[in-house]
Amino acid sequence: MDLLSPQLASIDDEPYYQPVGEEVGLFEAAAARRLPVLLKGPTGCGKTRFVEYMAWKLKRPLVTVACHDDLTTADLLGRYLIVGSETVWMDGPLTAAVRAGAICYLDEIVEARKDTTVVIHPLADSRRVLTVDKRGELLPAPDDFLLVISYNPGYQSILKEIKPSTRQRFIALEFDYPSAELEAQIVASEGGVDEALAKKLVKLGELTRNLKGQGLDEGASTRLLVHAAQIVSAGRTPIEAANAAIARALTDDPDMTQTLDDLVRAVF
Amino acid sequence: MTDRRLFEHELEERLDRVLFASPSHRSITRLAQSLETLSRRQQDKVLHWAGVAAKTYAEIGYLLATLAPQAFELLDDDGFDAWVIAGLDAYDRQGLRPAMELLRDLEGFRAEREGRALARYADVEARLTRFVHGLSGRPLALRNVGSGNPAWTDTEILFLPDLLAERSSAEDNRRLFKATAALLWAQTRYGTFSVDIDAAIADLPDRPQALAWLTLLEAVRLDARIAQELPGLAREMAELRGPWPDGLAPALPRLQAATATVQDSLALLREFVAAGGVPPRLTFLGTLDPTAARRVRAERIAKETKVLRNALAALKGAGGRKQGGEAVLDIAPGEDGAMEIRVDGDVVALPPEAQAAAQALVQDLGELPPEALSPAGSGGWLPTDLAGPGTDLVNDRDADFRYDEWDYHRSAYRKGWCHVYEVEVKPGDADYVEEVGNRHRALISQIRRRFEAVRGEDRVLGRQPEGEEIDLDAQVDAHIDRRSGIEPSPRLFCRRIRNERSMAAMFMVDMSGSTKGWVNDAERESLIMLCEALEALGDDYAIYGFSGWTRTRCDIYRIKAFGDRYDDAVKRRIAGIEARDYTRMGVAIRHLTRLLAAQPVRHKLLVTLSDGRPDDFGDEYRGTYGIEDTRQALHEARRQGIRSYCVTIDRHGADYLKRMVGPAAYTVLDEVGKLPTKIADIYRRLTAN
Repeated sequence: MDLLSPQLASIDDEPYYQPVGEEVGLFEAAAARRLPVLLKGPTGCGKTRFVEYMAWKLKRPLVTVACHDDLTTADLLGRYLIVGSETVWMDGPLTAAVRAGAICYLDEIVEARKDTTVVIHPLADSRRVLTVDKRGELLPAPDDFLLVISYNPGYQSILKEIKPSTRQRFIALEFDYPSAELEAQIVASEGGVDEALAKKLVKLGELTRNLKGQGLDEGASTRLLVHAAQIVSAGRTPIEAANAAIARALTDDPDMTQTLDDLVRAVF
Repeated sequence: MTDRRLFEHELEERLDRVLFASPSHRSITRLAQSLETLSRRQQDKVLHWAGVAAKTYAEIGYLLATLAPQAFELLDDDGFDAWVIAGLDAYDRQGLRPAMELLRDLEGFRAEREGRALARYADVEARLTRFVHGLSGRPLALRNVGSGNPAWTDTEILFLPDLLAERSSAEDNRRLFKATAALLWAQTRYGTFSVDIDAAIADLPDRPQALAWLTLLEAVRLDARIAQELPGLAREMAELRGPWPDGLAPALPRLQAATATVQDSLALLREFVAAGGVPPRLTFLGTLDPTAARRVRAERIAKETKVLRNALAALKGAGGRKQGGEAVLDIAPGEDGAMEIRVDGDVVALPPEAQAAAQALVQDLGELPPEALSPAGSGGWLPTDLAGPGTDLVNDRDADFRYDEWDYHRSAYRKGWCHVYEVEVKPGDADYVEEVGNRHRALISQIRRRFEAVRGEDRVLGRQPEGEEIDLDAQVDAHIDRRSGIEPSPRLFCRRIRNERSMAAMFMVDMSGSTKGWVNDAERESLIMLCEALEALGDDYAIYGFSGWTRTRCDIYRIKAFGDRYDDAVKRRIAGIEARDYTRMGVAIRHLTRLLAAQPVRHKLLVTLSDGRPDDFGDEYRGTYGIEDTRQALHEARRQGIRSYCVTIDRHGADYLKRMVGPAAYTVLDEVGKLPTKIADIYRRLTAN
């Protein structure tokens, strides 16, 4: 019987990442001791970029799975396909990552169906095995395999929480937006704009974050600020860019939109 | 003879006659006095209209006569008639309160009559509040100060006029509001009140004039500061204001320097006063009240200092284990209130409330004062809100339940402290629910549609590449395909999607006295929306009201228990919800938690609807005690696997909520009217798959 496992590529070019605190060192320590890592923090603060950067630094392939509410165990582990009159086993991303000794990054793990999180349990403790029951295979993880999951604690739904039995297997790294100075550097470098404009965008970000809980679920993320900068560097005016990339991206509420317009106009 | 003015006694007699039903405590004499100076034509008008209005409603006739002298100053004869008629119209269409409001708003009436598009405070309040919150990052509340009064701030509240009609377009008047608020915000942000202004100008003979100069000079300085950080805002303000008057030219370089402080304004003020000029009047300057600002600021600084010192003391207390002795605390203050704190050499982070306090102190003082950085000593801190004398009511019936209450002074429970009586709501008007249903027909059908889409049901998906069972149809097709030499589809399985919600929700409705009127209406309407939504969804739910009068009479009103059908009896009880007494929240949460915890479902949700902070009659429950008890009750619920969520209608923000319920567990609605339309969405978001 055939077995298909996707070839995993390594990241060759250094991804742009500005360390905010001790996260690089802690991640390296966790990787050295083969402990799984949980990244938490608001959306767009650099979690995914950080994992890419670490994969490059540790020279391991990276498998990223964006979790969604129909993600089943089969989507992670793999499935039999019928090709012609043959049955072929196709590894899922998690199985492929275990076989290759890669970093497997399950982004927004709370979005996945509850039963899928259980398959990562034996991988995430001292057993370090993956049970592929459809094949009757018990796959021990090589030393280089590392499981990383992320979630955003800001969600309000009671159905979207990580069970304690899951979360207590991980080294948790907390992420937040970088300091104003660092964030301006990031926006300037990633967005291709000068420092003065980057500072203004960061100022706007700060003003919107002041409104968190006052009608906004989240303030503008670093990612949104970078997007705005990129729109500017592609030739649009800062106000147009901030409205499209930040204000309209944050809310649909007409009252809140007005307030954000006021803030955008105040900054530029 | 007919155009002779009427004298006071004649007016009094006639007023008595036309305002026949006037309450006796009203002073007709004073009213007659105030009308004496009007012309005879005007007096006749007043008497005529007051009589007409009094036949409709005595109070309106009286109010009209009282406001008449003022009205004649602002309006011509036709205008006066139009004003009265508009008032009576408003009464016919909307009732007494809107009519009285319209009559009192003479300025607004005039502006509208003259075709000027004014901007009202009430229309810009919500937008400006959010704007200022965005700018400052600390809660600055907005209030209005009546029309014609200048804007000012006490460093915690920005006081703004009722309406602005200076410009010809409504948009410009709204921008004027924004500029006014922004300048007041800048006063609090860039240190206008960081020195003792009263002392600095004490020797100047004309205090009002000195303050007027200072307001102006500070406006120049603050404008330059705003231009540095928020150039767009500064540009907009400059457009509204025009260039600075020529007389100020010599002062500009000094005030616009990046290093200028309020001291520069004070120094220049002396030069201008000595030169003997009158300060030019400019738009949206507002005024300064340094005495009030100083008092409020001092209170805030004291409070924030205490918060910070307590946090440091707690950090220090947590250290000290390594050496076995007292912990060593190193504090290196950074910019903007950020600081690095090391306990025994380890970097530690301040709790969020202490971080906010440090930031507020930096905003007020420019840096952290040394006394704020020394941890509070043991016993150095006493609670400020001391317990008052408890007021107990004697109740002749034994309580149905008794609950402990959390006393944060003692960090312990008071045993069996609260007496709970479970009572049923007196059924209200049977037609109410139907009437609301008709009024919101479109909204309700929209809610039902959206919730039906969320409803959890088992579905079987056929022709899947993977699944528990084989899809026979697909298998047969594949067989046929293979026989006829076509490549068969690999989608041969079917998969069952289980979508169990297993959810019970408890809605706890504030029935305290403060909900009387609009809030109560909004609560009842939103409950109807919720019932419609939840019936569509199939989640089990219960609705209870709460109110009470001291700890010995905490009433829990049953409106709909778990398992009750949404029938006529429930509908009539919803209609019968009315405003009662006080809001002792902790005990209500404990009782309803008990009911909810008994439900055999996986997810349990407690939603509270209220219009403000916990409060009870007479005793210490209002203030920190109530907030801490409520917080504790929510913790207990959480331990029993119950998630809670607070929906609060509080126009002036709710700073206590984050402490009480934790972040991401509440919504503050600034407008009562939004509750019915938003509540179903809030529930949907809370329980989204």
